[in-house]
Amino acid sequence: MSIPQFLVHSPKDNVGVVVVEGLKAGTEMLGVVTENDTTLKLTAKHDIPIGHKVALKPLKAGDTIVKYGEDIGKMVGDAGEGDHVHVHNLKTKRW
Amino acid sequence: MASKYSNLTFKGYRRENGRVGVRNHVVILPVDDISNAACEAVGNNIKGTLAIPHSYGRLQFGEDLELHFRTIIGTGANPNVAAVIVIGIEPGWTQRIVDGIAKTGKPVAGFSIEQNGDLRTIEQASRKAKEFVHWATELQRGECSISELWVSTKCGESDTTTGLGSCPTVGNMYDKLIPEGIHGVFGETSEITGAEHICKERAATPEIGERWYKMWKAYQDDVIEANKVDDLSESQPTKGNIEGGLSTIEEKALGNLEKIGRTSTYIDILEPAEAPAKGPGLYFMDSSSAAAECVTLMAAGGYVVHTFPTGQGNVVGNPIVPVIKISANPRTVRTMGEHIDVDVSGILRRDMTLDTAGDALIDMIVRTANGRNTAAEALGHREFSMTKLYRSA
Repeated sequence: MSIPQFLVHSPKDNVGVVVVEGLKAGTEMLGVVTENDTTLKLTAKHDIPIGHKVALKPLKAGDTIVKYGEDIGKMVGDAGEGDHVHVHNLKTKRW
Repeated sequence: MASKYSNLTFKGYRRENGRVGVRNHVVILPVDDISNAACEAVGNNIKGTLAIPHSYGRLQFGEDLELHFRTIIGTGANPNVAAVIVIGIEPGWTQRIVDGIAKTGKPVAGFSIEQNGDLRTIEQASRKAKEFVHWATELQRGECSISELWVSTKCGESDTTTGLGSCPTVGNMYDKLIPEGIHGVFGETSEITGAEHICKERAATPEIGERWYKMWKAYQDDVIEANKVDDLSESQPTKGNIEGGLSTIEEKALGNLEKIGRTSTYIDILEPAEAPAKGPGLYFMDSSSAAAECVTLMAAGGYVVHTFPTGQGNVVGNPIVPVIKISANPRTVRTMGEHIDVDVSGILRRDMTLDTAGDALIDMIVRTANGRNTAAEALGHREFSMTKLYRSA
């Protein structure tokens, strides 16, 4: 199998993690769900740094973000499929 | 049940109390900040000793003072330490620390500065330190079972790769070695926030889980709620965490908890720097999430090897405990590889399984226990940071 550009912890997740350096917008990405080894394809819409998250589907402000199959916070802005998801559009629900 | 890990052995130093160390330090321990200079002078006079200066020890009181004593005594009592010189400004607290360390049966001698001055104290302490070095350097390593190893963990400069690679590698190691009878410990009370519901469930019994939750909640109420100015977004996640792609404290906590693997459950909750007393197994230590403070507390609890997953590249070490760095971040391995002992970036490329990564870490733990210096040791990282609970008198 070729090297994946992103990994997803759980099939329940709506974000993945970019695991290669220098990922450019427009890249056709291969992703792997680590829990069950299934693969998926996604086009990056932004340059996304290694370790940063990518939206697996369109997300709206107020949506809960799921990673590890768990709630990790809520969107405070919209993101399209393949968009960069980070502190500019995702916040904790704690504070 | 025998596994392929049951017959693992390492060569360690068996101490007077039966515990096994993997280093053989003669340490010069100050009781208080103003005795640092004398300790450092002794450390300089006598080669093969190690002075461990720190910032506190005067006018502390109550629980904060108890933690100070527990940390200093625990550091001297750690089996990685062969013998100890204690120096304090006055004889009372100096003797209390000497007595605490002496319970292990190891050689320990105390010196106090008042009515002697630094120079006479340094001379007397140096002569005793020299004796200790001659004695300690003749001690031999002997074969020990893997079950006699006490292995702690705490991660730092986390990013999303720690949750994907380096923390699950530590978890895999615990899943394999806890059943073999090692002592393990994790902590970082503040960094469980966001995954406390999962951590509570990982207790060996519901009663232990309830005690854990009470401890965690007390920290939230007494420390965070009492002292926060706005929220914790300036320090949790940290700037380094955010650079590495972590957006929220929940995300960080879920990655952090990967360190305890899939099958291990914790059997007791330790106070900061407290030694475990319920036998082999995994423990939770109520501890700071700052790297040097946490490793210092776990070392004082008696742990002799530390496993430290890092994403963005924390460089921490400890004076008496070898700190093994594990990273899955290929950029960190490429740009600061001199700090990394176990490269598990293959997990991200999918050319290394978690099982292989766990075995690579176990191999490095055994080699480190046998005497291999870690990256942090070779680079001279000796961070010793006392945890302070509140202002001194």
